Amino acid sequence: CFQLFLLLLRFELPSSRKIFKTRVVNRKMTHSSVDLPPKGGFSFDLCKRNDMLTQKGLKAPSFLKTGTTIVGLIFKDGVILGADTRATEGPIVADKNCEKIHYMAPNIYCCGAGTAADTEAVTDMVSSQLRLHRYQTGRDSRVITALTLLKKHLFSYQGHVSAALVLGGVDITGPHLHTIYPHGSTDTLPFATMGSGSLAAMSVFEAKYKEGLTRDEGIKLVAEAICSGIFNDLGSGSNVDICVITKGHKEYLRNYMEPNPRTYVSSKGYSFTKKTEVLLTKITPLSERVEIVEVAGEAMEE
Amino acid sequence: MDLNLDAPHSMGTTIIGVTYNGGVVLGADSRTSTGMYVANRASDKITQLTDNVYVCRSGSAADSQVVSDYVRYFLHQHTIQLGQPATVKVSANLIRMLAYNNKNMLQTGLIVGGWDKYEGGKIYGIPLGGTVVEQPFAIGGSGSSYLYGFFDQAWKEDMTKEEAEQLVVKAVSLAIARDGASGGVVRTVIINSEGVTRNFYPGDKLQLWHEELEPQNSLLDILNAAGPEPMAM
Repeated sequence: CFQLFLLLLRFELPSSRKIFKTRVVNRKMTHSSVDLPPKGGFSFDLCKRNDMLTQKGLKAPSFLKTGTTIVGLIFKDGVILGADTRATEGPIVADKNCEKIHYMAPNIYCCGAGTAADTEAVTDMVSSQLRLHRYQTGRDSRVITALTLLKKHLFSYQGHVSAALVLGGVDITGPHLHTIYPHGSTDTLPFATMGSGSLAAMSVFEAKYKEGLTRDEGIKLVAEAICSGIFNDLGSGSNVDICVITKGHKEYLRNYMEPNPRTYVSSKGYSFTKKTEVLLTKITPLSERVEIVEVAGEAMEE
Repeated sequence: MDLNLDAPHSMGTTIIGVTYNGGVVLGADSRTSTGMYVANRASDKITQLTDNVYVCRSGSAADSQVVSDYVRYFLHQHTIQLGQPATVKVSANLIRMLAYNNKNMLQTGLIVGGWDKYEGGKIYGIPLGGTVVEQPFAIGGSGSSYLYGFFDQAWKEDMTKEEAEQLVVKAVSLAIARDGASGGVVRTVIINSEGVTRNFYPGDKLQLWHEELEPQNSLLDILNAAGPEPMAM
């Protein structure tokens, strides 16, 4: 009867249409009797229904959050971004090796903490907007452009888009590092940390950061800060991803450090139970091997 | 102790604007907090609107940044259309229009200060509801509660530039000493007919007040200080 109740909410009772012989109004599956223009933004109409359901005892599904430690710092020649790789769904680790450093432009990358869907969607959207802007202006994207696009979007959703970002890049005006909070405020800093592990990582930065670090020193410090988050914060874990951006060049070091390997792997491997019948022991590859030939010329942008 | 890193960014803040004989001095602390965590200990709360008008922001960081961005854009257009620098009164009025018409959604208190050739140095306070009040000095933010009495006693008309700046620095550092939501460094901006001067006073160089300790470089200094001799067996 619980499902019936759901059905009743969505469909009107057919008898009402025959009783009232008024002029034909375009009836949709809503309770309003006139055509409303499509509204932008979020519709909170189903919140009342959700409240009723939770009161009845239905548990709402939890969403995928990146508990996260994300950091950025400015060094001598540019910007280094770092992130852990754990994605959580409540107390469960949903993804042990996710990518939290998102591509925005060839010279701009963005780390994302908060709800995974929100960070993915917002960085993809702004990355597309930046690309169109590049085609229109004929120039490389600037970090402040990405910053303004992100902050405008997040502010207009008043914090409901739960994306906390560390945006870094090198453009014609130099290296830049910004943090963007879900409500739309931004800070410009020489070193920054965000996410649940931000306090652990910030303590490392506050102790050891100085201006004019070399590339190796910077990478070492970022890895140390992320490790501090991985080992001291429950919402962060697994591996360290690093992205180094300098003028005209970038390096995406995926899984730069793997401080959490699987230590106890059974040496026997996987074995089937005795009753299993072996039908065939030939292995057929699903696709033929393809040879990739590098053609000299312009490489495609990501 | 509840950290709540998801809380909206608010600038606890102490902001001050003071007129003197020839211009204005704006001052602010530099702490931005998210719940009980200091998200940015060196933020710049005095933002530029035009060459000759600056605004001190307090309250919600996001709201105040968006309002000042819009007003900077409107003032830029206005300057082009007018053909001469915008006046402080117009800047204050534009801020007031946004603050009053969106009073249900915004949570930000601002102090606009600048210099123009018609009125000289002027300070306008625009608190939460969207009123605009022209004042010889204005204070705002959570730390301002501790400064009302201080200003009643210490402010006087026709100060010199140096006196005004020292007054602002002293006031911000007093508020930092008493208000948990204010801290960091003291930033001042002096605006007069000659132009704009930005100054920076790091937290550990400020005068110490009643019962404050000397700034420590590291907790290890205190721990390593000579203790009682270990007992010999």
